[in-house]
Amino acid sequence: MGGYLPVDSAGQQQMLQALGLSSAKELFADVPEEMLLEQVNIPQGQSEWETEKAMRGMAEKNQVFSAVFRGAGAYRHYIPAIVKNVVAKEEFVTAYTPYQAEISQGILQAIFEYQTMICRLTGMDAANASVYDGATAAAEALAMCWDKKKPLAILAASAPPGVIQVCKTYCDGAGMELVVAPLRNGLVDKKALSELLQDQRAACFYLQQPNYFGLIEDVAGIAEIVHQYKAKLIMGVNPIAAALLQTPGECGADIAVGEGQPLGMPLSFGGPYLGFMAASKAMMRKLPGRIVGETVDNRGNRAFVLTLQAREQHIRREKASSNICSNEALCALTASVYLSAMGPTGLRQAAALSLEAAHILAQRLCAIPGFALRYKSPFFHEFVTECPVSPEYLEEQLAKRGILSGLPLDGSGMLWCATELNDESQIDALIQGIQEVTV
Amino acid sequence: MRIPQDLQYTKSHEWVKLYDEGTKAKVGITDFAQNQMGDIVFITLPEVGNSVTAEETLTDFESVKAVSDIYSPVSGDICAVNEELADAPELLNTDPYAAWIVELENIGDTVELLSADAYEAYCKEQEEA
Amino acid sequence: MSMLIFERSSAGRRLSILPEKPVEIEQYIPSECLRRQDLDLPQLSENDISRHYTELAKRSHGVNDGFYPLGSCTMKYNPKLNEAMAVLPGFCDIHPLQPLASIQGCLQVMAEAQKYLAEITGMDAVTLQPGAGAHGEFTGLLLIKAYLHSQGQLARNKIIVPDSAHGTNPASATMAGFSVINVPSDEEGYVDLDLLQAAVGDDTAALMLTNPNTLGRFDKNILQITKIVHDAGGLCYYDGANLNAVVGLVRPGDMGFDVVHLNLHKTFSTPHGGGGPGSGPVGCKSFLAPFLPGRLAMEEEDGTYGWLLPEQSIGDVKAFYGNFLVAVKALSYILTLGADGLAAAASQSVLNANYLMKQLSASYDMACDGLCMHEFVMSLEKLKQQTGVSAMDVAKALLDYQMHPPTMYFPLIVHEALMVEPTETESKETLDQAAQAYLEIYRRACSDPESLHKAPQTTPVGRVDEVGAARNPRLKFGD
Repeated sequence: MGGYLPVDSAGQQQMLQALGLSSAKELFADVPEEMLLEQVNIPQGQSEWETEKAMRGMAEKNQVFSAVFRGAGAYRHYIPAIVKNVVAKEEFVTAYTPYQAEISQGILQAIFEYQTMICRLTGMDAANASVYDGATAAAEALAMCWDKKKPLAILAASAPPGVIQVCKTYCDGAGMELVVAPLRNGLVDKKALSELLQDQRAACFYLQQPNYFGLIEDVAGIAEIVHQYKAKLIMGVNPIAAALLQTPGECGADIAVGEGQPLGMPLSFGGPYLGFMAASKAMMRKLPGRIVGETVDNRGNRAFVLTLQAREQHIRREKASSNICSNEALCALTASVYLSAMGPTGLRQAAALSLEAAHILAQRLCAIPGFALRYKSPFFHEFVTECPVSPEYLEEQLAKRGILSGLPLDGSGMLWCATELNDESQIDALIQGIQEVTV
Repeated sequence: MRIPQDLQYTKSHEWVKLYDEGTKAKVGITDFAQNQMGDIVFITLPEVGNSVTAEETLTDFESVKAVSDIYSPVSGDICAVNEELADAPELLNTDPYAAWIVELENIGDTVELLSADAYEAYCKEQEEA
Repeated sequence: MSMLIFERSSAGRRLSILPEKPVEIEQYIPSECLRRQDLDLPQLSENDISRHYTELAKRSHGVNDGFYPLGSCTMKYNPKLNEAMAVLPGFCDIHPLQPLASIQGCLQVMAEAQKYLAEITGMDAVTLQPGAGAHGEFTGLLLIKAYLHSQGQLARNKIIVPDSAHGTNPASATMAGFSVINVPSDEEGYVDLDLLQAAVGDDTAALMLTNPNTLGRFDKNILQITKIVHDAGGLCYYDGANLNAVVGLVRPGDMGFDVVHLNLHKTFSTPHGGGGPGSGPVGCKSFLAPFLPGRLAMEEEDGTYGWLLPEQSIGDVKAFYGNFLVAVKALSYILTLGADGLAAAASQSVLNANYLMKQLSASYDMACDGLCMHEFVMSLEKLKQQTGVSAMDVAKALLDYQMHPPTMYFPLIVHEALMVEPTETESKETLDQAAQAYLEIYRRACSDPESLHKAPQTTPVGRVDEVGAARNPRLKFGD
C-alpha cells in the first residue's frame, strides 16, 4: 500500500482510545452495513517508484513532435523559463481560493495584476479572475447578455467548432436560442448578419479575431451593425494577436473573451487552459466568477479582497447567472508571469514573428504545385490551403518525419499554423517533407 | 427604528408613498430592512418603462454577504428610478426614506398596505420571533 | 506593503526572450486593423519578476505552509510525484488534435482514470471533460434532462435541493434549465423523509444530494431517500464534494445514485492552485451513458486506444477533453494508493476529524451530537451571545496561530458556523497543536473578547474593508 498517511497503527489506536472506540470500523456505524466495502475493485497500491514507471510508460507512448504546424485553438509558443519556475511555487500551487484575505494577499494581488493585464491587453474596463477555458468563456459571455426580451444568441460560423459546440450545449441548457451566422469567403457575411439581427430578438453576437481560419475580421464594422440592432458584441481574441490587432475596446466590443493558453501554457493535450473574460463598465457586474478588488485594511494599508460576491452562486444560489466556483487561477498566474516576462516588446515580437513565419510558410507552400490559399483576405498566424494530396495522407507522412502538419479540414483543405517556434529550418524540413510526399 | 407616519408599508419591508390621488407612487425600503441587511453595497436599478405587478419582484439589493429581493407594493409602470443610488447605495442605509428607488405611474392593484403603527407592531413581532 | 508589478515597472527594461528580428507588420496586416492603443504591460528584468513573485508567495498560504482544515474543500497534502508526472514532456507537449497513433499514452491515462473512477463510484461510465465540481454538476444535470426528454418526460423540470446544499447545486440546476425546490433538512442536515415524500411528484427530475452531508453526517436513510425519488420517477444526483470520507469504502452507485460528480482537486489530491484548475469528472449508470459529453477514451480489443463518441451526446461542455493534466495527477494518486490505500485514507480522514472534534467539544458547541465523518460543524451562536465573539473573530484569531481557518458561515442552516475538515494527511501532533490553539482562543473569547475583535495582528494586512471594496469597485490598477 502506498500513501501519505502520517499516523501509524499505534497512533490510530491512541486516537481511537481517546474517542472510546475499539476499531475504526465503528466510525462508520451510520453506513448501512450492506454497502460498506472492505475495498473497491481496483489494483492494490504500490510504491512511488512503481507508479512513476507506469506513468512514464504512458507518457512515452505519446509522440512529441519536434515541429508543430497545427493550432486550431491550441498554440505552441515559447515559454520563458521564469514562467515555469514561478508557477511551481508551492504557496501558489497548494492554496485554495483566497477566502481569507489576511493570509492570501499574495494570491489576491497576483489575480488583481492579472485582471489589470487582461484589461490592458483587451482595452476593456474590468476582468474576472478566469473561467475554465476560451469556449466556456464564450458561453458565459452569452449568458451575461441573456434577456427575457432578447432570447437569441448569434454566433459567427467562423468561430472555432469547439467554441460553437460548447455554446450550443450551454444555450440548450438554459433555454437560450442560438443561430450560426453564415460566412462569405471565410468571413462574417455582414448582410446576412444584418438580416438575422433585423427583428431585434438577438441579445448578442459572438465572433472571433482572428477567426478559426486565421482571417482578420472587420470587427469595428460588425460592431456598428450589431449595436444598431441593440445587441451586444462579444469578441473572442487570441491574446498573442491582441498585441498587434485592434483591441476589443477599440472595436467597440461589450465583452472580450478568449483562450489564454498561448500565454505561457503548454499544449497539455487540451487542458488545463485559461478562459479570460473582460467587459465594459456597463456590464462589469454581470461578469461570472471570482473578481478581486482593491481596498484598505484596518491599519490603512492597501489590501486586496474577493469582491462583488453577491453575484455568485454561494450567495445568489438558484438566482445566480453562473454556477462557477473553482476557476483556473494558477493558469491566470501563468499568463501574468508570461506577460511580465515578455513585456510589451516581447509580446509584440512573439506576435510579429508568428505573423511572419505564417506568411513565409504560406508562400513556400503555395510555391508547391497543388497548394493554394483557400481565402484571399489578410490572416494572422493561421491559414487554410487546398492540398494536392489527401490532407490525412499528408498528416501521416509528415508525422513519420517528426512533423505535426496542419489540421486536415473537410475535403482537400488543411488549416496551418506557425508561431515564433517555426523558424526557417523547421519550415525547410516541412517543405522538403511535403515535396517528398507529393512529387 | 424610524417609521414615518406619512408612508404606508408592506410586510416584506418596503415603504410606499402614494400621491396625485393615488395615481403615482414612490417606493423604497424601510429602516428595518436596511438594518437587517447591514451595509448595502449595491442595488440593481430597474429600467424606466418596465411594468411591475404588485407582490412580484421589483429588483434586488446586495450587502457583501447577502442579496435580498425587493417586492413591488403596487402594480404600475416605472417612470423614474433614483440614479443616485447607483453610485451611492449607502444612502439606503443612512436615509432609507429619502432614498426612494422607483417612481411608478398608472397605479393598479396594491398589496395589503400597513399604516405606520401597524407596521411598527409587525416589526416588533418579527424581532421577537 | 508590497508593490504592484506595475509599480516596479521601468520603461525600457526587458528580458531577451526572443530573437530581435525586425518584422514589417504592415506588409501583412492592413493598418486600419492594427492596434493603436498602447500595450501597457510591465517592463522588468528577470530578477525583478522573480523577486516580485517570491514576495507574493511569502504573502500566501497553501497546504504546504500549514494546517488547512477548510471544511468542504478537502485540503489534503498534494503529493510531489503527481506534480512531477504532470510536467513530463510526453504529457505536456501533446497537441489535443494530434493523430490517434501519436496520443496512445494520453488515451491510456484517460481510459484508466475513467475505469478506476467508475469502479470507485459504482458507476458504469465516466467523462473527464468537466473543468471543476460545479461544471460537473451542470453536466450531470444535462444528462438527466437529455435522458428524461428521450423518455418523453418533458414535464419533469424540478430539481430538489436540501437547504444544507452547496450554492453550486441550485445555481447549476438553473443553468441546466430546471427550477429548484428547496427542502428543509433537519438540524443534523439529514433529509426529512416526510418532506421529501411530499416534495417529489410527476414534475421531479432529480434530487441532488451530498452524502456525507454538509454537516459531516452520513445519512443512514440513504437507501430510503433514493428509493423515494426513484419511485416517484426521478433520478438521484450525488454531489461528490464530500466523497473523501468514504472513498474506497462506500460507492455512490450502491447508495442508489444514478449520476455523480467528483472533485479530483479534493478527494484525489490534486492541488487547488489558488482557486483552480480543478477537474470535475462525471460518472453515470449505463442508461445515461449515451448522453455523456465530448468523447470517451476506450481500450480496443487489440490493446490500442481509441475514442468513443456517445450516440446521443449532450454536446461538449468544454473544449477538448477536460483538464487532462489534472487527470494525470489523479491517476498517479490512484495508482499509488490503490484499493487498500484509498480505504485507509478515508478511514483516517474520519478518525482525524473525530479526534479533533472530541478535543474541541471540551469548549465549543457542535452543531450536532455523536460521531462525525470527515468534517464537523461547530456553532458559535452561544459564544457570540455570551461574549460578542463571532465565528469570524475566531477564524481571524486562528490566523495569528499560523493556521488556515475553517470554512465560515456554511452550511447556512447553522448559525455562526465553523466547518472543520482536517483531512487524513495531518498527523496527531498537528491535530493536538490545532486543538490547543482553538481552546486557547475560546478562553480568550471569555476573558478578553476585545483582543479577538482585533485579530489578526501578525498577518501582512489586518481585516480588510469588504464593504468599501464592493461599494466602489477598483478592479484593476489605476481604477
